[in-house]
Amino acid sequence: MAHALADDQYGLDSPSRLGPVLEIRDLSVEYVLEGGIVGAVDNVSFDVAPGEFLAIVGESGCGKSTLLFGIAQLLNPPAEISGGSVTFKGRNLVQLTEHDLAAVRWKDMSVVMQSAMNALNPVTSVGAQFRDAMRAHGVTSKEEIHRRSVEVLKMVGIDPVHLKSYPHQLSGGMRQRSMIAMAMLFTPELIIMDEPTSALDVVAQRSLMAQIKDLQREYDFAVIFVTHDMSLVRHFSDRLMVMYAGQVSEVGPTQQLFEQPHHPYTVGLMDAFPSIRGPRVQLTGIPGSPPDLARPPAGCRFAPRCPKVMSRCETDPPPDYQVEGTSVRCFLYDAPEVLSD
Amino acid sequence: MTELQTQPGPQDVSPGQEPLLRVDRMSRHFKIGNALSRSALHAVDDMSFTIGEREIVAIAGESGSGKSTVARVLAKIYKPTSGEAYFQGKPLSAIRSRREKLRYSGLVPMVFQDPFSSIHPVFRVSHGVMRALKLHRPELTSEQRFTEAVRVFDAVGLNPGAEVLQRYPHELSGGQRQRVGFAQALAMRPKLILADEPVSMLDVSIRIGLLNVMARLRDEEGVSILYITHDLASARYVADRLIVMYAGQIAEAGPIEDVLASPKHPYTQLLLSAVPDPKAELNVGAETDRGEPPRVIDPVPGCRFRFRCPVAIADCHTQDPQLLQLSPGHSAACFVAQSGAEVKAF
Amino acid sequence: MAIPITTTGLPQPAEGISGTRRRSTPHRITKAIRTNRKATIGVFLMAVFIFVALFPGLLAHQDPNAITNHVFAHPSAAHWLGTDNLGRDVYAQVIDGTRNVLILALAVGLLTTVVAMLIGVAAAYLGGVWDSVLNFVTDVLLVIPIFPLLIIIAAYLPNAGNNVLILVLAFTGWSYTARQLRSQAQSLRNRDYLLAARVRGERPRYIIVVEILPVMTSLLLASFLNNALYAVLAGSGLQFIGIGNGNNVSWGTTLYWAQQNNALGSGLYVWAIVPGACIALMGAAFAFINYAFDEIGNPALRPLTAAKARKAAQSSTKRRLGSYGARAR
Repeated sequence: MAHALADDQYGLDSPSRLGPVLEIRDLSVEYVLEGGIVGAVDNVSFDVAPGEFLAIVGESGCGKSTLLFGIAQLLNPPAEISGGSVTFKGRNLVQLTEHDLAAVRWKDMSVVMQSAMNALNPVTSVGAQFRDAMRAHGVTSKEEIHRRSVEVLKMVGIDPVHLKSYPHQLSGGMRQRSMIAMAMLFTPELIIMDEPTSALDVVAQRSLMAQIKDLQREYDFAVIFVTHDMSLVRHFSDRLMVMYAGQVSEVGPTQQLFEQPHHPYTVGLMDAFPSIRGPRVQLTGIPGSPPDLARPPAGCRFAPRCPKVMSRCETDPPPDYQVEGTSVRCFLYDAPEVLSD
Repeated sequence: MTELQTQPGPQDVSPGQEPLLRVDRMSRHFKIGNALSRSALHAVDDMSFTIGEREIVAIAGESGSGKSTVARVLAKIYKPTSGEAYFQGKPLSAIRSRREKLRYSGLVPMVFQDPFSSIHPVFRVSHGVMRALKLHRPELTSEQRFTEAVRVFDAVGLNPGAEVLQRYPHELSGGQRQRVGFAQALAMRPKLILADEPVSMLDVSIRIGLLNVMARLRDEEGVSILYITHDLASARYVADRLIVMYAGQIAEAGPIEDVLASPKHPYTQLLLSAVPDPKAELNVGAETDRGEPPRVIDPVPGCRFRFRCPVAIADCHTQDPQLLQLSPGHSAACFVAQSGAEVKAF
Repeated sequence: MAIPITTTGLPQPAEGISGTRRRSTPHRITKAIRTNRKATIGVFLMAVFIFVALFPGLLAHQDPNAITNHVFAHPSAAHWLGTDNLGRDVYAQVIDGTRNVLILALAVGLLTTVVAMLIGVAAAYLGGVWDSVLNFVTDVLLVIPIFPLLIIIAAYLPNAGNNVLILVLAFTGWSYTARQLRSQAQSLRNRDYLLAARVRGERPRYIIVVEILPVMTSLLLASFLNNALYAVLAGSGLQFIGIGNGNNVSWGTTLYWAQQNNALGSGLYVWAIVPGACIALMGAAFAFINYAFDEIGNPALRPLTAAKARKAAQSSTKRRLGSYGARAR
């Protein structure tokens, strides 16, 4: 297969603006365990447009991290992709060999892991890790490596003197920033982030979010941001996708979702956040717990906990309905005119 | 939706009446470096505060602020380097005998942060509760112990208590395990629960359940709670008073609505501005603040926030600000605020 | 406000994976033994040895100590493995000697592990001065070369019976295990549930016995098996060089007599080799069981056999070449 790379090593030539940079169609991921098969991700479909910030939100166990790993082709046994496609810039990543994937990785798509302390090698300096990444993708000149390393560190606001530092010498916020710098080495078109702020305090968190947004505006890459904290992405994401029990329950423009959540789960989630500024009222959260994915319920997976459950919800799985620009998987929105394909 | 009621603060305690817990100029330092070094990490410095009956006091701060250390000193895991804490009028340092220590640990139990490592993985979840009952309420027979265990499990929302008691920790979710932690504490009939970031490791949508449990413990069981957290929104939801810590010291303290509505210390203002709130507009505050609280090693005099403070004056660099009351029950350790000027830092 | 829990109590750790209810421990162990090849071999061998140790009379009808005139005989119908220098039946000796070796192994394994556990875990949990003192004692014994020490001790106790041998082996063997157990106990020490027990008011004694030890069972079991293996080899080795009572029937002493009488040189190969082979087999049995429990406990150590490798390659190819959908390119 021919390598579809831009001539410019760092991909700064403007990428094709035609069509989405990532198309996920009916992606399913299963864990094959002794006790049975657990469907962690069930027929998920969505697109990511170039330069778009998509937030994926859900509770622990909803499949969002598994989905992320499935997109990045980083799944290890017993997890495996059991169906669907991941089309990145026109190529289905699921079918690529490791060799071809390596060409795509980091140059066109990179990943920022959840905890920098786990993702960064604790016994080598930050600069050495940047060097490894660059060498692995064909950059051999020492001056070039140094120049680019300094450049990306400056991009994220770290003094380049820290190229010599070890991860434990940096603070939590700085470690996360260096992870993002590493992800930016080749200015990819898509950066996938798995809860990059969860280990940080609130001030560092806000600072990092703002930094990511600034970088995104300047270098025009798409971001998929996975988190369990909706309020974090409220002001930064273009679209928001809510996942529940391995499925997409609602996806649409962020502003709209917050002002008018449609799916009862989204409504429940919104109500579970105590407000720092609004009136102080008692909240109830969502009673119950997510279903056992080894034996998922027939019908709608949220039905056991849904305050608006109807009888058909327990027997038939609802399809996706389009409501005012948002896609909602709920029978409440079943009306012949709005039924999507 | 019902409005939450704020409990009256300690200013309602008549002078001369001893509060439930009184911390007086407590410090805790840790030696760092090798055996020959003299350097000390000042985790907590010169803290004074009180907790009354039936109230939830939140200590909020970022990592490294010393908030967890405060809880551990009060749990008698560490001894204070200087200063003293008085529980029901008696100093902690006077608690020496096994009987007194046991009594104290029953009155002031601790709930831990990590639901995945705070319950013994090999035993059923009934183990911790039954041991707590055996140790602290020896007058109960074994049937009475079981009944009580069921009662506390039900009280924290683990229904049906008798059935959940038989489960193993790996069969419960994170939120359920944290409830078990509170049940264990409740079984000892405590006066004050030290809750060290009990909801930080739970999903945001599950936290509300635990916070409601805490409020219920205060209202129905008459227990006070010291709630350590880094999340101001959850503190607001459940606490009556707020103490904001920075670099081992109290920056600001007072009734929670007061402090959040009109924060006097620049650090409190910074924290507030950074809290993400889905229902509010984006606060276009000082996004340039990178948010790294210092580790305080061998500190020199001066306000510890001065390097990040946009309104620092000359005094801030040379003298330690004291915690002074600026309005009823509401105090702040800031020269600028104490001078009467309106602080609008962030 | 009671929030009812659903009947599918959901464990949390890994995203997307829900645990199935644990089957009972004996059931899990038997299943593990059946499926893991090393475990099956090891358990089978051990069962054979235990049977022989318990019922030697069923297998050997001659008195191993019976002195006859038939000395240095080659294997024959009357004496399946020949006879030794005093005309004693070698086969009967080997069968009868099984008990001696097995008791030695199990007793030393148990004693060593118990002593190491008490010292190692106490040192880790109590910390401070206790840790320093116990560590010092452990390290001293660790550093002293064992075999010479064993020889010296045993030399002062001539004609020592099995019991002395057990004590001597345990005395020199516990320090290594104590180190290991101490390390693990130290890593467990700061787990929140132990801190919770301490804050709850439990005594250190209680915490060590009830809260720490159950978590260490796999390491304790491995230590026991390891030390049993050590006892088989070291014990037989001591007997082989003449320490211990030569009149006791055991594989080591049989080998001793074989060596003394130049069995290999005289062509009496069976006498020289069979006891040694038994020692090796029993050692192997302990080792297999040890490895097997390691693998059972830690799936990462399981060997990738050819069959599994093929299966893994197949499923990844299937995934890549899209046998599931028309959307494949």
